[in-house]
Amino acid sequence: MNSKRRKPRIGVFKFASCDGCQLSLLDAEDELLDVAAAVDIAYFPEASRAMLKGPYDIGLVEGSITTHHDAGRIQKVRKQCRTLITIGACATAGGIQALRNWVDTAEYVRAVYATPKYIRTLSLSTPIAEHVPVDFELRGCPINKNHLLEVISAALIGRKPNIPTYSVCVECKRRGNVCIAVAQGVACLGPVTQAGCGAICPAYGRGCYGCYGPMETPNTAALTDQFRILGNDGSQIRRAYRGFNAWAWEFRKAGEECE
Amino acid sequence: MKTRTIKVDYLARVEGEGALAVKLSGDKVVDVQLKIFEPPRLFEAFVCGRHFSELPDLVARICGICPVAYQMSAVHAIESALGITIDPAVRLLRRLFYCGEWIESHALHIYMLHAPDFLGYADAIRMARDHRELVEQGLRIKKIGNRIVSLIGGREIHPVSVAVGGFYRVPSRQELRALADDLEWGLDASVKTARFASALEFPDFVQDYEFVSLSHPNEYPFNEGRVESSKGIDIDAGLYDQHFNEYHVEHSNALQSAVRGRGSYLVGPMARFALNFDRLPPVARQAARECGLSAPCNNPFRSIVVRAVELVFAFAEALRIIKTYQPPDQPRVPVPDQAGTGCAATEAPRGLLYHRYEIGGDGLVKSARIVPPTSQNQKRIEEDLWNLVPLLLHRPEHEITWKCEQAVRNYDPCISCATHFLKLRLERG
Repeated sequence: MNSKRRKPRIGVFKFASCDGCQLSLLDAEDELLDVAAAVDIAYFPEASRAMLKGPYDIGLVEGSITTHHDAGRIQKVRKQCRTLITIGACATAGGIQALRNWVDTAEYVRAVYATPKYIRTLSLSTPIAEHVPVDFELRGCPINKNHLLEVISAALIGRKPNIPTYSVCVECKRRGNVCIAVAQGVACLGPVTQAGCGAICPAYGRGCYGCYGPMETPNTAALTDQFRILGNDGSQIRRAYRGFNAWAWEFRKAGEECE
Repeated sequence: MKTRTIKVDYLARVEGEGALAVKLSGDKVVDVQLKIFEPPRLFEAFVCGRHFSELPDLVARICGICPVAYQMSAVHAIESALGITIDPAVRLLRRLFYCGEWIESHALHIYMLHAPDFLGYADAIRMARDHRELVEQGLRIKKIGNRIVSLIGGREIHPVSVAVGGFYRVPSRQELRALADDLEWGLDASVKTARFASALEFPDFVQDYEFVSLSHPNEYPFNEGRVESSKGIDIDAGLYDQHFNEYHVEHSNALQSAVRGRGSYLVGPMARFALNFDRLPPVARQAARECGLSAPCNNPFRSIVVRAVELVFAFAEALRIIKTYQPPDQPRVPVPDQAGTGCAATEAPRGLLYHRYEIGGDGLVKSARIVPPTSQNQKRIEEDLWNLVPLLLHRPEHEITWKCEQAVRNYDPCISCATHFLKLRLERG
């Protein structure tokens, strides 16, 4: 056995995002130094000024593609990473900035910037998988840091990550919450949203707002009907689907059906 | 004349994507550009047409490091627009919530982002190979900040409990009391942090700043107070636009700010410390004095010490709050749909954060304006570099570059916020 076997190299790359998902790695306060001992964090500009060149064994990509420059950059990042994992709602679904996808982006730019001609941006905010093949998508706005550690561990060993694809309802029952949709008539996206957050919103007295995106087989039509029964109109239901995962196919379709 | 450029193509240990370019002609600095190439995300446009109750969730996503700040400025602006008065217990809980974010954010910056510059490491992980206990102490402090935010907000990044009018859920007395041991340890550790920081080596670099922060008659500012400056501004947040001007420069995706008729100003820990020193609790003032720090502090490299003193404050304040807290009768007051326009400024870890919203009779947002701390500091950061680079010219290029980066990190810039910030290019010619 070679005791000096090369440590796996990790790169962390950012596109349009809030930095929250990569911060999750630094937020793993109890595990960070152990992770750093097990792998070589070769490229992670938010944490280090030592930016080592690829190739990388694992690339973690945060953020969505919103500029021509980034559309080119993701191609280069893909070529440098043996395994590419996208983290968070921006990278996996376009993020909240994908709300531009239904409007005239030039109008948005004019609303925010005094000199719009200085701004270069695409009309769509798109997930990484629309541009390059992705090996695993870790959902959430933000991701769950324990999931991130699981996905890194799994990639290092070469097994499938153990990440749930069932709905928030399952986690909610496990947590022992009383169903707020049934008991209080609150519009809750839990039945169609992937688990992972730990059903925090219902536990804190509010409806799930879908930050982990659509579950594996979501019945959005039935939920839309239920929302109507609870007294929500089309525009309210559409807004519910058009949150942090608005461009994820099932939520996109459900939202457009409320037009 | 020979020209050259000192540049950093991708600034590290800051939140978001930025670059820096300093252009020299001989030994004279001819241009400094803090370039923010973080892609624009257009928040102020897409929040229009959304219901005001969605704003705390939406604007949190501007920044994963300081979501609480965005939620706090948003709810206070909307409450002001709609004439809502919050329960005093909710006000106290919001202060505790902010303590949690300041602790998490300041510990991250002091230990993970800034200290490696002073000790000569590329990052905290390499620093931990020689200073493991130091890094572990920083991580433990940070974790306590996150614990406070998670307890009140449900999770540390993008908390879910903030509502217009209060919270969706408020913790019990016992839940807050359970924080006491961690907070006592943290208070002690933050005093040690201040001692550690004050023993670092600081370049002799004193600047004339216009400090701007909130100021409250009897407390160190979080959510409430007048906007004051060290050069005479003393206004209600409602008059912010009359005194401060935001404008667009070609090299940046973030807007820059200036005091109308004067120029750059500085927000953040150094500004709060300069304008509110006497409202720090005795334990924080004592820590500052032990570190030889008096107000105002005009050396930006010493901001790491000021940040540590604010850590002491945040722990002391959190302890005070958990001892006096009694839950409100109801978590939030009902907020009916109505038209109104309102604004608020609160103190994000990096400084003053101003929000203004116009809301229609149907409760939908008609217009939004958000001025984050890093855009306000951007011009001042460039001016620091104009003044710093001439002092460094006898040094090798890689040292000049690193020092310039450090000068930027003095501000704990959050580029994600400012773009809705940085890369260093030092051009010599």
